[in-house]
Amino acid sequence: MAHNNLNLKLKVWRQKNANTTGAFVKYDVNDISDEMSFLEMLDVLNEKLIVTGEEPIAFDHDCREGICGMCSLYIDGKPHGPWQANTTCQLHMRAFKDGDTITIEPWRSNAFPIVKDLTVDRGAFDRIIQAGGYISVNTGNAVDGNSLPIEKAKADASFAAAMCIGCGACVAACKNSSAMLFLSAKVSHLALLPQGEPERKSRVLNMVAQMDKEGFGSCTNTGACEAACPKEISIANIARLNKEYLGASLTAE
Amino acid sequence: MTFTQMFTSSVGKKLIMGFTGIFLVLFLVVHAGLNACIWAMDGGVMFNRAGHFMGSNVVPRILEVGLFFFIFLHIIQGYMLTLQNRSKRAVGYAVNYTKGSKWYSRSMAVLGTILLMFFVLHWKHFWVPSRITGVEEVTLPNGLQVHNLYAVMQSTFQDIWVVVFYVIACMSLGYHLAHGFQSAFKTIGVHNKRYHAMISTIGYGFAILIPLAFAMMPISFYLHWVN
Repeated sequence: MAHNNLNLKLKVWRQKNANTTGAFVKYDVNDISDEMSFLEMLDVLNEKLIVTGEEPIAFDHDCREGICGMCSLYIDGKPHGPWQANTTCQLHMRAFKDGDTITIEPWRSNAFPIVKDLTVDRGAFDRIIQAGGYISVNTGNAVDGNSLPIEKAKADASFAAAMCIGCGACVAACKNSSAMLFLSAKVSHLALLPQGEPERKSRVLNMVAQMDKEGFGSCTNTGACEAACPKEISIANIARLNKEYLGASLTAE
Repeated sequence: MTFTQMFTSSVGKKLIMGFTGIFLVLFLVVHAGLNACIWAMDGGVMFNRAGHFMGSNVVPRILEVGLFFFIFLHIIQGYMLTLQNRSKRAVGYAVNYTKGSKWYSRSMAVLGTILLMFFVLHWKHFWVPSRITGVEEVTLPNGLQVHNLYAVMQSTFQDIWVVVFYVIACMSLGYHLAHGFQSAFKTIGVHNKRYHAMISTIGYGFAILIPLAFAMMPISFYLHWVN
């Protein structure tokens, strides 16, 4: 395969901290291999900035394998960049053409305050999980997994929901800054399994209450979240969440 | 969990939109069905008779109260949701994400506002004369004295601008329904893929046929297809 080097212009959101106002800063990056990942390209830029004595650009990343949910970045008007079902760390520079201008913004939502530059605080998601995204198991020996009969279709649907890595792309993509796709994946994942049954009602009620407290918007089923999700979490989970919530509201003590 | 908590939560607010939306969808079927009597080609006898039934029978009159209640609940809740949702992103994006969703799904408030403007005019044209200021009466072949709403339609739809505005409102209704119909069922919890696909198909069909039927009414009068 031919190796190409790209010369690109970047428009990057720079912001010192949550209390200051930010602005776009333009950078030129030259001789970028199209085999580099997007984050490696930013690494190259940061090294250059460090050498010249400038503050490097802050951005979140961890595993760089597309499974941890730590990377973010809203690239050219789409969370995680132009590719479908992909995280920013798995986005490669061959997605761009020589001479392109790339606009890089942080996730925008009041519930995700900016920490610095492109890094946002996604602690709201952790607090939603703490409100009910777990099962309570008393101490004792672990039960043999195969001793719990689970219908194959339900196990598959639960697993598909459990694929959510909690990156927040759904919130970033939604015009309402709604966290409903994330929440619905977490609720569906447990509601479909027998282990989740004992806390099924309190879980959905508490998690929705926490989500509202964090300042996310309401879902209007536009489908932007599903289209931007790196793990292709289905919007059908939101319908299931609505059903779980309605049922729990009417029957919970 | 109280009722208030439920209906003021983010899911509950959507449930109100969904349930009232489905009620309004049912109303559209009744309204379109009754109005289709203008095409009976009998000089408005069947239409005026249907109008008389809706205006004089106690059941439609009670439903009318519910209709006004639900329509205003839908409008007020819709505007409140829109304002609240917009306030959740204090700093917007330089490049908006538009590929993942349909323009009409993102424009429900604008389409709804066009419909609200239409309602004001529509009520002024028909509801206010029929209920408050009075309409000229006509005698049906069976001797019944009824409001001649057919004649009101005939005279209202002689103005080309009224016809144009009604057609624009019907197009807005079509797009509003294209999103709203299937969205309402998602909101009330239909997550089965096969049912959802079926509901979406019915929704798109409904969003085309019902507004088309409504749009044909002023056009039919303006072009004298019915007399």
